[in-house]
Amino acid sequence: MKNFALGALVASSTLLTPFAAFAQTEIQFWHAFTGRLGELVDAQVEQFNASQSDYKVVANYKGNYSETLNAGIAAFRAGEQPDILMVFEVGTATMMAAKGAVKPVYQVMEEAGVPFNSDDYIGAVKGYYTTTDGKMLSLPFNSSTPVLWVNRDLLDKAGVAKDVDLSTWENIGPVLDKLKAAGVDCPMTTAWQSWIQLENLSAYHNVPFASEENGFGGLDAKLEFNGPVQVKHIQTLGDWAKKGEFIYKGRRNEGGADFRSGSCALFTESSAGYAGIKAEAKFNFEVHPLPYWADVKGAPQNTIIGGASLWVMEGKPAEDYKGVAEFLNFLSSPDVQAKWHQDTGYLPITKAAADLTREQGFYKENPGTDVAVIQMTAKEPTENSKGIRLGNFDQIRTIIDEELEAVWSGDKSAQDALDTAVTRGNQLLRRFEQANR
Amino acid sequence: MEKRVTFKGWLLPLLLIAPQLVISGVFFFYPAGEAVWQSLFIPDPFGLSMQYVGLGNFEYLLSDPYYRASFLTTAVFSTLVTLVSMIPALFLAVLADRLVKGAGAYRTMLIWPYAVAPAVAGVLWLFMFNTRIGIVAWYLGLLGYDWNYVLNQNEAMGLVVVASSWGRISYNFLFYFAALQAVPKSVIEAAAIDGARFWRRFFTIVLPLLSPTTFFLLVVNIVYSFFETFGVIHTITGGGPQQATTILVYKVYADGFVGQDLGSSAAQSVILLLVVGLLTVLQFKFVEKRVHY
Repeated sequence: MKNFALGALVASSTLLTPFAAFAQTEIQFWHAFTGRLGELVDAQVEQFNASQSDYKVVANYKGNYSETLNAGIAAFRAGEQPDILMVFEVGTATMMAAKGAVKPVYQVMEEAGVPFNSDDYIGAVKGYYTTTDGKMLSLPFNSSTPVLWVNRDLLDKAGVAKDVDLSTWENIGPVLDKLKAAGVDCPMTTAWQSWIQLENLSAYHNVPFASEENGFGGLDAKLEFNGPVQVKHIQTLGDWAKKGEFIYKGRRNEGGADFRSGSCALFTESSAGYAGIKAEAKFNFEVHPLPYWADVKGAPQNTIIGGASLWVMEGKPAEDYKGVAEFLNFLSSPDVQAKWHQDTGYLPITKAAADLTREQGFYKENPGTDVAVIQMTAKEPTENSKGIRLGNFDQIRTIIDEELEAVWSGDKSAQDALDTAVTRGNQLLRRFEQANR
Repeated sequence: MEKRVTFKGWLLPLLLIAPQLVISGVFFFYPAGEAVWQSLFIPDPFGLSMQYVGLGNFEYLLSDPYYRASFLTTAVFSTLVTLVSMIPALFLAVLADRLVKGAGAYRTMLIWPYAVAPAVAGVLWLFMFNTRIGIVAWYLGLLGYDWNYVLNQNEAMGLVVVASSWGRISYNFLFYFAALQAVPKSVIEAAAIDGARFWRRFFTIVLPLLSPTTFFLLVVNIVYSFFETFGVIHTITGGGPQQATTILVYKVYADGFVGQDLGSSAAQSVILLLVVGLLTVLQFKFVEKRVHY
């Protein structure tokens, strides 16, 4: 009923939209960006609209990621879907399974005759949104990956030498001890614990998060993140939490404010935190690659992405899709991507955009901004590190949050918590399999 | 004394209750029926296909110990919200009732919080109790108390209870205040002449006379705590830490609206409907017997 009401609302608001341009084909684009990011998206759209006269892209903010996805789904049920819908990475499996509701991007490009080569995209970005045989289903838009943010002033205060290597978890332990001993309230915290401390941890150490290539191979995937590497990592964090060295701040990126205000020394967070940290931090900060466990063979592999991609919806008139293809092509062009990357801290999604940024001297002027790019692209992704594609993933993340909280508070051991999370999560996967049979 | 009006024929009475029937039909029976229907399926979010599973959604839910645990969480939460929103309301109403000067100003201020939307109230309380910027958390820190509702389950529950009850106190105050005005002065004066002090008069005379209001508020507040509090929980705790504040209605919202699992969400709302229906029937059957009109 909620969907019905939403659908009705969406339908009526679409009806009320005045028909501004008669000759132009209107392309509806629903996204989840507000504030500064919203302005940047609007600027991209304006630039595209000014560059040609056949199509007019109309961008609409539809709330946060979940709300935007919901608005898109409700609109589809009411037959009033937009041409392009922004969906966060967690919703990827939901969109993929919705055959008949989405039109794969490679097909849109092919039909419109727009040149399109998925190999132009950075491997780990491409992998997340392509089929197992390499066909791109949605266009990567904003992608980021977790890195380690460091408050150098606090480390200096605690007497941590400048040349201490922060690239492994083995080395982080003693640093946290020193910080704690020096009276730092929050030696380390994290944002998005499931994404960083489990999903990325698994990829980075080349161990599976779930079977069937983390769900890419089929809907019958089972969760496997209760292996020895994950258990060791979570148990270590749990021990640090007990000592007051790892401080849990919340399920989302609550810790960001603590890092930016200078109370937390180490912070694992998305590379896209760059803009905010640069604007607010009144201390010397550094970006380091996400630490790994040196005793795990093959580590570090590559990290995986978070963020959103653009899905093309089915059921629109044919001329719309030509315009959609043009717009998506425009968004992936090196200039647009390089600017987006430099403005936001999101990754450049194409190799050309990364090269252009390097040529422009951006990485030299802003040291550390290429850490995420290198971390993502140093190795060719494996089946464990190209991404995660699981149904009901939003709820599975909630389950992981709940179980990890039990570890941080000392109620459960890491093994116990991860085993429970796997069992509970698998039930949700089976439900998703059933719904999409 | 027979108060009922009797009609000849059925057309006029039907016409008179038609508006109410239409409203109930459109806003209750149609959506409720739809929920019951949906609860028998596992649909995909886009409405492209539906798998009939019979009572499968219910089996799935009731065999999940975490779902069963949220019944207890809900019971604790609703009881606390009901108590915390009613007792201070009654207390404030009694005090305001005795005011001679400035009664209007007090009344207005006491009713004010009711105008604040639940989600906004959630944010207000969040600001006060936030572990980083919250002023209350800061004072507690000065007293040596380590306030951390992000990991402490009891603190999280306490916070969502207070945030959910706060605005309700005004609502309850309004009803109690009106009811107090209706208590006949002569009865109270008679008791006073007999030597009964204020609190004795309150417990033996006023409180029993308020029982219809109390009963009404009890029903309304329980329904409120079951259905309308998810905005507060969403903004403050998101159901955590662990599952400490995942009440039934929040799970309906999270699974259906965020997680797109419409079958499970529909089954949950049917269960919720049954629970609240049963509670209301029980209240009318047992508690109402003690109410004097």
